[in-house]
Parts: sequence; C-alpha cells; structure tokens
Amino acid sequence: MSEDSGLSRRRFLNIATSVTGAVGAVAVAVPFISSWQPSARARALGAPVEVDISKLEDGAMMRVIWRGTPVSILKRSPEMLNRLENEQADLQDRDSKQEQQPAYAQNEYRSIKPELLVLISNCTHLGCVPTNRFEVAPADLGPDWVGGFFCPCHGSKFDLAGRVFSGVPAPLNLLVPPYRYVGDNVLIIGEDTEVAA
Amino acid sequence: MSSVEVTGESQGTRLLAWIDARFPLSKMMREHATEYYAGKNFNFWYVFGVLAFVVLIIQLWTGIFLTMNYKPAALDAFASVEYIMRDVEWGWLIRYMHSTGASAFFIVVYLHMFRAMLYGSYKNPRELLWLIGMLIYVALMAEGFLGYLLPWGQMSYWGAQVIISLFGAIPVVGDPLVEWIRGDYNISDITLNRFFALHVIAVPLALVMLVVMHILALHETGSNNPDGIEIKANKGPDGIPLDGIAFHPFYTAKDLVAIIIFLILFSAVIFFAPEMGGYFLEHANFEPANVLKTPEHIAPVWYFTPFYAILRAIPDKLGGVVLMGGAIIVLFFLPWIDRSKVKSIRYRGWGYKGALAVFSLSFLVLGVLGTLPAEGVYTTLARIFTFLYFGFFVYLYIYTGSEKGKPVPERLTYHG
Amino acid sequence: MMNNKFIKPVALKIVAFAIILIAPLYASASGGGALLQHAGNDVADVASLQRGARNFVNYCMGCHSAKYIRFSKLRDDLQLSDDQVQENLMFGAKTSDELMEISMAPADAERWFGQTPPDLTLIARSRGTDWVYSFLKSFYLDDRTATGTNNLLLPGASMPNVLWALQGQQEAVFHTTEKDGVVTEHFAEASYFEAFELVEPGAMSPEAFDQFVRDLVNFLDWAGTPEQLERQRLGIWVILFLFVFLIFAYLLKVDVWKDVK
Repeated sequence: MSEDSGLSRRRFLNIATSVTGAVGAVAVAVPFISSWQPSARARALGAPVEVDISKLEDGAMMRVIWRGTPVSILKRSPEMLNRLENEQADLQDRDSKQEQQPAYAQNEYRSIKPELLVLISNCTHLGCVPTNRFEVAPADLGPDWVGGFFCPCHGSKFDLAGRVFSGVPAPLNLLVPPYRYVGDNVLIIGEDTEVAA
Repeated sequence: MSSVEVTGESQGTRLLAWIDARFPLSKMMREHATEYYAGKNFNFWYVFGVLAFVVLIIQLWTGIFLTMNYKPAALDAFASVEYIMRDVEWGWLIRYMHSTGASAFFIVVYLHMFRAMLYGSYKNPRELLWLIGMLIYVALMAEGFLGYLLPWGQMSYWGAQVIISLFGAIPVVGDPLVEWIRGDYNISDITLNRFFALHVIAVPLALVMLVVMHILALHETGSNNPDGIEIKANKGPDGIPLDGIAFHPFYTAKDLVAIIIFLILFSAVIFFAPEMGGYFLEHANFEPANVLKTPEHIAPVWYFTPFYAILRAIPDKLGGVVLMGGAIIVLFFLPWIDRSKVKSIRYRGWGYKGALAVFSLSFLVLGVLGTLPAEGVYTTLARIFTFLYFGFFVYLYIYTGSEKGKPVPERLTYHG
Repeated sequence: MMNNKFIKPVALKIVAFAIILIAPLYASASGGGALLQHAGNDVADVASLQRGARNFVNYCMGCHSAKYIRFSKLRDDLQLSDDQVQENLMFGAKTSDELMEISMAPADAERWFGQTPPDLTLIARSRGTDWVYSFLKSFYLDDRTATGTNNLLLPGASMPNVLWALQGQQEAVFHTTEKDGVVTEHFAEASYFEAFELVEPGAMSPEAFDQFVRDLVNFLDWAGTPEQLERQRLGIWVILFLFVFLIFAYLLKVDVWKDVK
C-alpha cells in the first residue's frame, strides 16, 4: 500500500516536473521564433507606397517597388480594353474566382478603375518577373495572342488583366495587391480601399 | 510487418535495439548517466559545473540568434545592436540574455574553480582534468574579450585598444604583433570583422570541444567529492562503489533544482537589472566608439579586473604584462605546486585553510581595485595583494612539503 | 559536524549565491555625486512622457537626433494617435515609421558648434537620468566663453543654454580661497561651487521649470530603454513560473533521494 502510494507520488512529481519544464521550454522558444518575424524596420520599409500616375500615358506601364517586389501599373488604352473584352483565349480563371485580388478588384478588368491595372509582377509559378508583350499576334507567341504578359522562365502566359492562360505552368492569375486612390492621380499601394480615411 | 500485435513499449525497445546496433546510445547513457557513479555527499559547491554547461548552452543559443541581426562593420555595429534592442521582436531579451550570460559564465566558472581548490579536485588522478579546465577558462577569457568589442561602444573600443596594446610590451616582435592582430594601424573595421569571426566561430568551436574533453576526462577518473576520497576504492560485490550513487536519477534531480535556482537569479538580472549597475553592461558603452575621445576612466569588464589590477600594480609595461600572464599561467601548475596527499580542505591543516582564505581575498580585492582608478592608496593595495596572490603559490609549495592535517576517513561522510 | 563546515542549509546557500550576484550592484559608486540632483522621473507616467516628447522635439531636436527611435514606437508607447504624432512631433519626417532623425548636416553642425551634437537616444543610459537632469539645470552666465554661458557639469560645453527663456539666466557663485593673504577667485571649477543665483527670471517659475526638465529627462529615460516597463512586467511572471517549477523539482529531488543513506 505504502509502496504503491510512494510510486504514484514519484509518478506525479515526474509528470509535474516534466510538464512544467516542457511549458517553460515552449515559452522560451516563443521569443526566439518571434524574432524571425519582420522587424520594425522591415515593416517600415514595407510600408505602403505612394505613386503619382498623372504622367502615365495610355498603353504605358510603370513599375514601383513595394515590400521588395516589383508592382506593375499599366494604363490600358481603350483599344486594349476592347481587346480584353473580346478575348477568346482559354483562361484558367476567367471570372477571377480565386482570391488573387482584393474584393474591390474582382471584376472583368481586375481593377478599381477599368483602365488602370495594378499587379504584383511575380509569376504565380515560381516567382520570375513576366515580360510585357502588349502587341497582337507576334511571331513567337502565335496568332491568338492579343497582348499580355509572358514569363520567360517557363513560358506562362497572362492576358492584359493578368489572368493566366490554360496549358501553362502557372496555376493562378497574377496577384493584385491592396491599393487605393487618393485623388485621381495618386495611388497608395499596400493599403486597402476599405480603410480609406 | 508481421501480423502480431506490437505494443508501444516493445516497439520502443525494438527501435532502441536497432539504434544500439548502429550507435552506442544505450551504452553512452549507461556510462555517462545511469551507471556513472559519483560520491553521494556532493554539496553546494558541486553545482557550478552543470551551471557552467547551462550557461554555455544559453550563450551558444542566444549568440546564434544575435548574429542573425548584428552587423560586424564599424559603421553599422553600434546601430545594429540598437536595432536588435528596438526593432527586432524580443531582440532586447535575446541580447540581455547574452550579455548577462557572459558575466554569469565567469561567476559560475570562478566558483567552480574555487571548488576545485577547496577539495583538491586537481590532484592525482585529475591533473589533466584541471589542465583542460584551465584551457576552457583561457578560451572563455578570449571569448569574453573578443565579444566585448562587437557592440562598438566607447568601452569596447578603448578596452580593446588597451588590451591589444599589451602585446606591444613583448620585446622585438611586440609592435609588429600588435599591428598584425589589429590588421590596421589602429583598431578599425578590419579588427572588428576578424574579432567577430573568432568570437562566433573559432573560439566557441574550441570551447565546445574542450568541454567535451573535460567531461570525458571527468568520467574517466570519476568525480572527486567533498571528502576527497576515491569512492572506487570501496566497491561492493556488484562492482558499484559503496559510497556512489548513479548520476541519473540522483544528480540529475539535484542539478535540476540548482539550475532552476540559477535561472531565477539569472532572470532577476535580465528583467530587473540588465546593466547590473554598470558592471554587466558598462554605461560608457552606450556611446558609440569615438577614436578622438577616450572615456575618463577605462576599466575592463569585472571578470578581468583582478588581472588588470595586477597589470597596473607594476610600474613597468613588460613587467606588468609578464606578471599578468603569470597570474593565469601559474594556475596551470597548481596540481604540482600543491604537494599535499590530502585532497579535501576538511582534512588539511590550518596552514592551507588560512592561505586559501588569503588567496581568495586577494583575488576579490584585486578585482575591486581593477575597477578603481590606479592612484595613491589603490596602487599600494594592488601591490600588496599582487604579492599575496603570487605568495600563495610559493607558500603552498613549501608548506605542502610537510603539511600536518587530520586523518582522512576510509568512507565518505554523509548525513542524509 | 566539524567536517561539514561547508555544508550549510539550502536557504543560506541561496542567499550567499544571491549576494555574490547582487553585490556589485550596490558597490557601484556614481561619480560627481555632490553636484547631481535627483531627477525623480517616472517612466510609467505617460502624461509626463508626452510632455517630455513635446519638449524634446521643440527644444532639442533642432540639433540633436534620437535616431534609434521610430515615431511609430513613440506613438504606441506614449499612447498617442497617428494624427497627434504627425501634427505635434513630426516636422521633417513623412510617415510615422520613420526614425527621429534630423536634417542638420554634420558638417554644418561642426562649423556652428565646433562638434556634432551627439545623438540623444541613449544619453540617459550612458550618463544617467540624474546627470542629464542636473546638466540641463546647471548652465550659468559666463562671459569668458563663446556662447556666453558655461555648464557646471560639463565645463566649456559648446552647447548654449537652450532653455534660458524658460529658466531665466543664473549666475554661479564660487568660493574664494585665501592663502598667505592672497585671495584667489575661482571660476567654473566644480569643487569651489557654492550656489546658483537667478539674476533674470524666465517665463517659468523654478518649480514649473523643474517639471519641464523632469518631463524631458523622463522622455530620454524611456528613449534609452523603451522596453523597461514591459521587461519588468514580464520578469515577474517568468520568476513566478520558475518558482512553481522549483517546487516540483525540489519535491522530486527529495523523493528521489529519500532512500540515499
């Protein structure tokens, strides 16, 4: 009897000490794991970027860096929008059902204002930067090409709204970052339209 | 797989057998833990070895994380430390653990060494254990010195300036040597860069290897104990020392208590007094290194101050350096300077007890003097206690030729 | 028992070890004690920190940066809103993620003051709060210097008394010494200092001015160690946890050792 209770006491103390020690070990791990989070400086450097688009002409594109990645801002001309609307190509996600864009850009142009497209220029395949191929039916891309982005790394194709073609390695449409307008000609990339002040 | 139902326990046993056939896991556990026998009468002084090991782990672990954000360049180093303190999530905790750990390392190592002197742990057959331990101590001092330059504060810079200049005292090769160590005409970005490499790779690697050797040597001879009696001399019919108990579970359970008490004190410093009144983190080191302006009062970090006091006690550059080096080197010879056959202070004469007290006092007083300006009465005191420090070893050699102690018992004394 | 002179009760060992660790803290002596006044600031006093930040930005940041502090950290710790920070504290900076840097070029600074005004992020850590508090209150008129003022704690300071309009102007009275019938006057030497005399009142009463400086020092105290309150709060929990761990580990040790005789 007494031997039994002695054993169970030892058992209890063994478990209590081990569990407390394990809790302590986990608690100690927390700061070290957290220290790999983006630091205050990384967050400061990754702050939203203000872009002046007043000088951007129809059919022209500019790039800015936000959080270390290139963001493309393409001002589609009426002719480009026209091509987009009449596009016949086989797209993987024509209606942008995948969450590759904020809700306010989930439309046929994948943008807030139809003409202005904002995209993160990293291919959804393996992160290369697709090249601009806005011309129609060039020799290397074939007669069906109505303009868009072409990734040189593995041949993924995207249209003028960043939607991915079928039969290419990239699985998803190009990502639209959160952005909002302050006035007509100034964009803030990295801040959602909903939180507009 | 066979269709026989396998219970968890036998699966574990099988896995262990599989491993044991390929790696001596169970054998090592037995040799170093469950069947490593140590005297059952270990006291307070016997916890500092394991505490030093704990601090080593803390320093390696926090050090690795600090290198992830620290920049070893003269223009960036100071700012990168403040970046760790402010911008990196929990960076302040990691940095304070490392800075407090440095001082904690020396506290536990000094107490560990004092324990060896109390109970004659360096004596036959443990001379090599002591020598390896001394190498650990020297490596630790190098590590502390190299690491202290890295924050690139005023004390970092000028402390390194003073210590590196010491090598200049060596005849003929002194000045070229100093230049070679710095890699420049003054302490610079280049010096910082190489000190960083030594601090984070070379010396830690040496330290870890030396610690492994230290533990292997210890487990070869077996631990000494407060009675200084070899427990292997009295074995039972099963070959187990009669006065020995297994390291695991007995000393693991006991050491865990010591480790937690240590961690409580360690945390108290980290969370409530990380600067420790300017001793663990010196105030002047919160100013970036400035080549044009020496701080009013340069003192090394507290763990070097006894030797620094010896250095300053001698009014001659070479003499001071030689004596300072000698103060460390003489410790290597302790196993042969102390000729007494009796190990433990419990059975040694008053001549040893008194001398050890004077020696310890000298070390402490020199430590305090090393933090004070070298002027007037302080210099006189430093000379007196430097004399006592070295006098201890001379006295010890002569005295132990004919020491009269008390009879050493056959078996350990243990009072439950 | 004679053989056990080094075996003492557990409690005593812990105390002894604690003393070994803590002793240096109390042995530390601060220099120049007589001239230092106690700052008496309280980093937990957010209102004081807010006033101190305003004082710092208005009176110090013309020349001194605090370049390791982000405005966003200031906003969070001092419980301010983005707008408050933007309107009252940020002049050069555009976003609150920026550091408290200044636009004055070091070369200009060197030409105007003879040296670059140091960054003040860590001044309370390197010098101590009492020193900064006393320094700011120890300027006095001295027509032998280029700035027209001198400082008792930092003789020959190249920094003018920026706060004179608030504090007023004070003169320092020093002892004269007499040796062999020759009376020697002393200037700017701390060891002969007797008292300050306000010769021209400022915009603030002495009490209000003390509070102004105290708030400023409080801000600098926070700036040097912004983690201190969080650190102390967390420390209590860590130590409480370790005590619980200690209880279990100690009982386990006693249980494991109960048969060792």
